[in-house]
Amino acid sequence: MMPDLGRYALEVSAAYVGSLAMLAALVGWVWWRGLRTRRALEAVEMRAKRQ
Amino acid sequence: MRGLLARDVALAFRSGGGFGLGLAFFLIVVTLVPFGVGPEREVLARIAPGILWVGALLACLLSLDRIFALDHEDGSLDLLATAPVPLEGVVAIKALVHWLVTGLPLVVVAPVLGVILNLPPPAYGWLVISLLLGTPALSVIGAFGAALTVGLKRGGLLMSLLVLPLYVPTLVFGAELVSRGAAGLSVGTPLALLAGITTGSAALLPFAAALALRVNLRSPDAARCPAALPCPVQHGPPLNGPPRNGPACHGWRKLSQAVSWRRFHALVA
Amino acid sequence: MTSRSQPSSLWEYANPVRFMRLSDWLLPVVALGAVVLTAIGLIWGFFLTPDDFRQGSTVKIIFLHVPSALMAINAWIMMLVASLIWLIRRHHVSALAAKAAAPIGAVMTLIALFTGAVWGQPMWGTWWAWDPRLPSFLILFLFYLGYIALWSAIDDADTAADLTSVLCLVGSVFALLSRYAAFFWSQGLHQGASLSLQPGTRMDWAYKAPLYVAMAGFVLIFVALLLAGTRTEIRARRMKALIARERMQA
Repeated sequence: MMPDLGRYALEVSAAYVGSLAMLAALVGWVWWRGLRTRRALEAVEMRAKRQ
Repeated sequence: MRGLLARDVALAFRSGGGFGLGLAFFLIVVTLVPFGVGPEREVLARIAPGILWVGALLACLLSLDRIFALDHEDGSLDLLATAPVPLEGVVAIKALVHWLVTGLPLVVVAPVLGVILNLPPPAYGWLVISLLLGTPALSVIGAFGAALTVGLKRGGLLMSLLVLPLYVPTLVFGAELVSRGAAGLSVGTPLALLAGITTGSAALLPFAAALALRVNLRSPDAARCPAALPCPVQHGPPLNGPPRNGPACHGWRKLSQAVSWRRFHALVA
Repeated sequence: MTSRSQPSSLWEYANPVRFMRLSDWLLPVVALGAVVLTAIGLIWGFFLTPDDFRQGSTVKIIFLHVPSALMAINAWIMMLVASLIWLIRRHHVSALAAKAAAPIGAVMTLIALFTGAVWGQPMWGTWWAWDPRLPSFLILFLFYLGYIALWSAIDDADTAADLTSVLCLVGSVFALLSRYAAFFWSQGLHQGASLSLQPGTRMDWAYKAPLYVAMAGFVLIFVALLLAGTRTEIRARRMKALIARERMQA
């Protein structure tokens, strides 16, 4: 399954792993922020409705 | 305008005005680098243009936040914004004063420090010319950065982060001009580009800086505009009406306004 | 309120309600497309492309390097356009979109720098060369940092939007100047544009096809994250307005 990367196996896999990790971190951050904001907004809206 | 120029220069030279600090800083940077790099004359001669330029740039940066901060604190910036002179002109004058107080002394001192760094003889003329051409750009760009961050509490550090990347082209062409001059190569291209950057920024950046200043002066600031707070939602004084309260609020001006914040909040909330 | 009628022009989406409604169904579609295309492009590129006769397997890094570099620059251009729209027409969604784009662009720049360093190590024998392209990307990254820092430093949303827009305009000019300055300052090791049309330097379709797919995937990643980020910003703004109203009534 794994292709033979030859001499540069470390570099190539490091590039892929590192980049995908950075992308995942970005996606996770955007997601987490979105979720947190949405929850907070819902709480505020509930309060606003009760009044 | 001339009165403003005289006033600012006088303020800068008065004790506590900060004149000389930048110069001392420049001296210290240039003295420190050989201690870090080592005393080899060839190495120093090679990196001297870069050191002198980076030192000049940092010395300029050091005094940037003084351009507008003091006037902002005591409210005279608000007066200047409502004065009959255009704000763009005020910015240009302020940048000019900064250059006279910081940039020009650097130009004068740089050849002396060049001796310490073993700068090759043909480079001295080019060093003075490059600094003379380049430091006005540093002042104008710095005035823009200072205008962006004028209202902020800890604006100094942020301003360095904003301004330093903007200094890159000036630094590249300035230092390149000196090192080409030192090596006896043709200097036409960096000379023309450096002059282009300086004249271009001097012509255009005051407008951007004045825009930023107007935005900053317009911003609702509880201490300045107590009457602006009772707006239905958090935004400044009504953007299409007259200012609601006393003289402190004159600073804001209307940018073109398609959807007001009020309408935006009506749509969102 | 005209939100019931069909949108007659693109400007209608400056209305946050309409934007939220549109992005509500658009976001999952774009996100799905982004995942699928990026996965295809990268898996194709990683597993199914031959090694280059000169660069060996490191050529596979191109499928990350070029798309991320592309998006690093395009994200800034998008911010520039959004800032202009904000300054000229005062569409708030546009300002918020510019705000949401900055972190994405910064991460793309970081990925481009990282993959470039990892690629440069075996090919040029150094992680970092002061070759024109690398410093100009580093400077671009600094511009992103400054832009984000300015946004987060200012409390008032209107002021922040105005100031960051002005910074974005001025910064664009200076970023471009820095790029030319960097090219003037050192002729580098970096190969020219990989997709240039000059004969002889053209890439083989075996690489080009997965590269195009990966590029499309990265564009969609950017759009998806941008939509998500803008939605978050609009919600945050609405929350601020509601809290302000609460305070008023209290």
